Amino acid sequence: MTRIVGRDVKRIEDPALLRGRGRFVDDIAPPGLLHVAFLRSPHAHAAILSVDCSAARAMPGVHAVLSYADIAPLLAEPRLRVALPSPAYRQTLDRPILAMDEVVHVGEPVAIVVATDRAIAEDAAALIEVEYDLLDPVADAVAALEPDAPRAHRTAPHNLLAEFTLAYGDVDAAFAAAPHVLRESLDQHRGGSHSMECRGCVAIPDAVEDRLTLWSSTQTPHVARRMLCDMLGLAEDRIRVATPDVGGGFGPKLVFYPEDAAVAVAARLLKCPVKWIEDRREHFVATTQERDQRWDVEIAFDDTGRILGVRGEVIHDHGAYTARGINVAYGAVSAMPLAYVVPAYAMRCRSAVTNKVPVTPVRGAGQPQGVFAMERLLDAAARKLGLDRAEIRRRNLVPGDAMPYATPLRTRGGMQVVLDSGDYPRCLQAALDRAEWDGFAARQAAARAQGRYLGIGLANYVEGTGRGPYEHVSVRIEASGRIFVATGAAAMGQSTHTMLAQIVAEQLGFDMANIEVVAGDTAAAPLGLGGFNSRQAVLAGTSAHVAALKVRERVLRVAATLLEAAEADLEIEGRAVQVKGVPAMRVTLAEVARAAAGLPGFSIPGGAGPGLAASEEVVIDPMSYANGSCVAEVEVDEATGAVTLRRISFVHDCGRALHPRIVDGQVLGGIAHGIGNALYEWMGYDEQAQPVTTTLAEYLLVTSTEMPAEISIGHIESPTPLNPLGIKGVGESGVIPVAAAIASAIEDALSPFNVHITRVPVMPQHLVAQISPEAVR
Amino acid sequence: MSERRITLAVNGQRHDITVPVRRSLADALRQDCGLTGTHLGCEHGVCGACTVLVDGRSARACLMLAVQAENLAITTVEGLAPDAAMLHPLQQAFANNHALQCGFCTPGMLTTLVELLAENPSPSAAEVRVAISGNLCRCTGYETIVAATLEAAAVMRGEAA
Repeated sequence: MTRIVGRDVKRIEDPALLRGRGRFVDDIAPPGLLHVAFLRSPHAHAAILSVDCSAARAMPGVHAVLSYADIAPLLAEPRLRVALPSPAYRQTLDRPILAMDEVVHVGEPVAIVVATDRAIAEDAAALIEVEYDLLDPVADAVAALEPDAPRAHRTAPHNLLAEFTLAYGDVDAAFAAAPHVLRESLDQHRGGSHSMECRGCVAIPDAVEDRLTLWSSTQTPHVARRMLCDMLGLAEDRIRVATPDVGGGFGPKLVFYPEDAAVAVAARLLKCPVKWIEDRREHFVATTQERDQRWDVEIAFDDTGRILGVRGEVIHDHGAYTARGINVAYGAVSAMPLAYVVPAYAMRCRSAVTNKVPVTPVRGAGQPQGVFAMERLLDAAARKLGLDRAEIRRRNLVPGDAMPYATPLRTRGGMQVVLDSGDYPRCLQAALDRAEWDGFAARQAAARAQGRYLGIGLANYVEGTGRGPYEHVSVRIEASGRIFVATGAAAMGQSTHTMLAQIVAEQLGFDMANIEVVAGDTAAAPLGLGGFNSRQAVLAGTSAHVAALKVRERVLRVAATLLEAAEADLEIEGRAVQVKGVPAMRVTLAEVARAAAGLPGFSIPGGAGPGLAASEEVVIDPMSYANGSCVAEVEVDEATGAVTLRRISFVHDCGRALHPRIVDGQVLGGIAHGIGNALYEWMGYDEQAQPVTTTLAEYLLVTSTEMPAEISIGHIESPTPLNPLGIKGVGESGVIPVAAAIASAIEDALSPFNVHITRVPVMPQHLVAQISPEAVR
Repeated sequence: MSERRITLAVNGQRHDITVPVRRSLADALRQDCGLTGTHLGCEHGVCGACTVLVDGRSARACLMLAVQAENLAITTVEGLAPDAAMLHPLQQAFANNHALQCGFCTPGMLTTLVELLAENPSPSAAEVRVAISGNLCRCTGYETIVAATLEAAAVMRGEAA
């Protein structure tokens, strides 16, 4: 029985944030601070003929205006070499710190201006004269792969960035023998993460020690340090990257960006602190995005609805550069069959280069697209057979008694995908029960009698969480008795400090107020991978648990000597160690720490060596697979195409929940993002690859009034055997099935009109065009 | 760029500052008054993170110039709690209900809701939703914010939470 872990304890992040005393990156303002504005390309594709900074440099208040030519001599490496390895690449497209002689997307940074304040920097940026020679842009991933398509990079041989096929079983034989085959062509559209805090960084040089500190709103500070060291040619001890409070991440902040490097270069050059804060318009054209994919897929199934095979082709929009790798495309294709028994599978995927913002994970990281494709096919198959949509899924879900279920799939790192735990049919049934699925036909009929169109839809997902191999956590009790926890994990709003403090407090006195957590700071943790892929509770949580156990063992050994008692008779309670049930026989953690620190000439009590500290990087290579089921109920206005969400019922299994309320919060936030992907979020580009939605008035995020009238979340806890706490990740789960479930529900609502949903976001005009084609011109 | 010397009254304190006339109220609060609790999420008036109270009415501090705020009483998130030991009932309810995750939108949510509860001490859930429909949050899905507001309203009416 635990006292802290698994309970809704108070978050340690809240008091400062609620009082407006958080410290976000833009709140950092050292003396002598200068401010940056970037000049960005207004063109999707152009050659740079010349850059004239003279007028900008002459402006009062301007300290520096730097183009690529100005900073190149300061760089050991001018490009951001961030691509994760893969044999699938067909070309290398690493982006430069500033554009060299070609710009390949609107928003690409061309020059950096440093001035006494941001407004002056922006004024000066407007005075930089860049002569461009416009080149044909590539605005669409499918068109990009046509043989006569213009090249997104003028010297590239083609627009194919990467190509791979994920396959197992004899899929062609399965299709040849199948009684039923159905085909779908699906389009899923690009959107952004839109953390409420945009990106930003403050570079602070220290001339005395020749060091540089970069405060950055990043999810991956250790990667940022590595990149800065590589680009600036410095040793790791010269650079510290630290994260302050981060106002949401949702994926794109895991990327190392040109702006981080350019700001660091400027600070070293000018020998004073330099800050850049991304504004929202920049966020639309410079922060990575995701989800543009075209799926042409087929399903083969028998008369009972059992899946015999799935095959097809995916074209993935990679954007203009490789800012991460093939991981989103790979994640999409490998997520597609995961929840179901699919005997044969073959999916060819091509990543296409376009003149648009680079693509990297946004909450879900391809998995929503794969799930959307699978669930659309299952709905089509159910319709063909006249089978209940829930029933066809029941017949195909990986059964609970098959766990652990070794699939023939491999992760992008080459490890076999083994579904470690869970009961998917039970989870589906729980969601159906919450949604009153069985009674829906009557509700639908009653509404239709009144001329109202209700629909219900569902989707299942399995999410790979806890991407390894490790995360660093150290636990140390200092002489004051306070407990310090440091980690390479990075917090961006998902309660990482609370999570780690809970796990450590459970072993070391149950007093979370006695614990201080430092996350995402290279000065506090020698190693780290950071925050992405729903991994930190799994990896950092496990390291924290193991480290806390080791410290606990040391505390008890030292205390046993001091108290002249047996270790087994001791307990750590609050800030002291006491004989169980005898609080009077106690020694404080401070006393234990001082004793463990040793005295000259005396042996250390307990014989366990000096200090009360442990540092762990527990390696967990296999991913733990979380799962869930979502049922959406909608009402559609057949005249306007407006969709109203009546109800979302969501049941998921992330193993053991460390803090149920935080888990709920993660799921809820994901659901809201999924609703956006289903109905509202459309990052538009015109045929010249010019972005046409660059304000929050044009690009619609879900607000409180678009949320469903009723949201019901249920939990099933199937602890994973892969870590001692049984944790699976949850950060991205909420988003994954929502667009698929809503599409299914809309199609159901409009079944009298034979409306067929093949793309998201589902927009009213698309629905009206199918409901009454004659009314739409 | 012409500058002007102005006095801002923020959370009951005078701030004598000199600002460029084009500086927004949000930037002046953050840079000149040192009150960084007011956050900027879009700088075009949509996200609501920078919402402050101006003479008790919610206003987007990114859409207002600092020089326009002279002689007006401004309340920011730093001015909501009665003292260092106690939170405003809304702040307490936010903590109780996990109505914040990253906390970036929270200051604007709180100021917007302080205005709502001053006008309508017994709002329905639907009324709360409408009140915060101009405040974007990417973390919470809003449900817990609505719940927190209803709880705070009950506390402020003197009913047990």
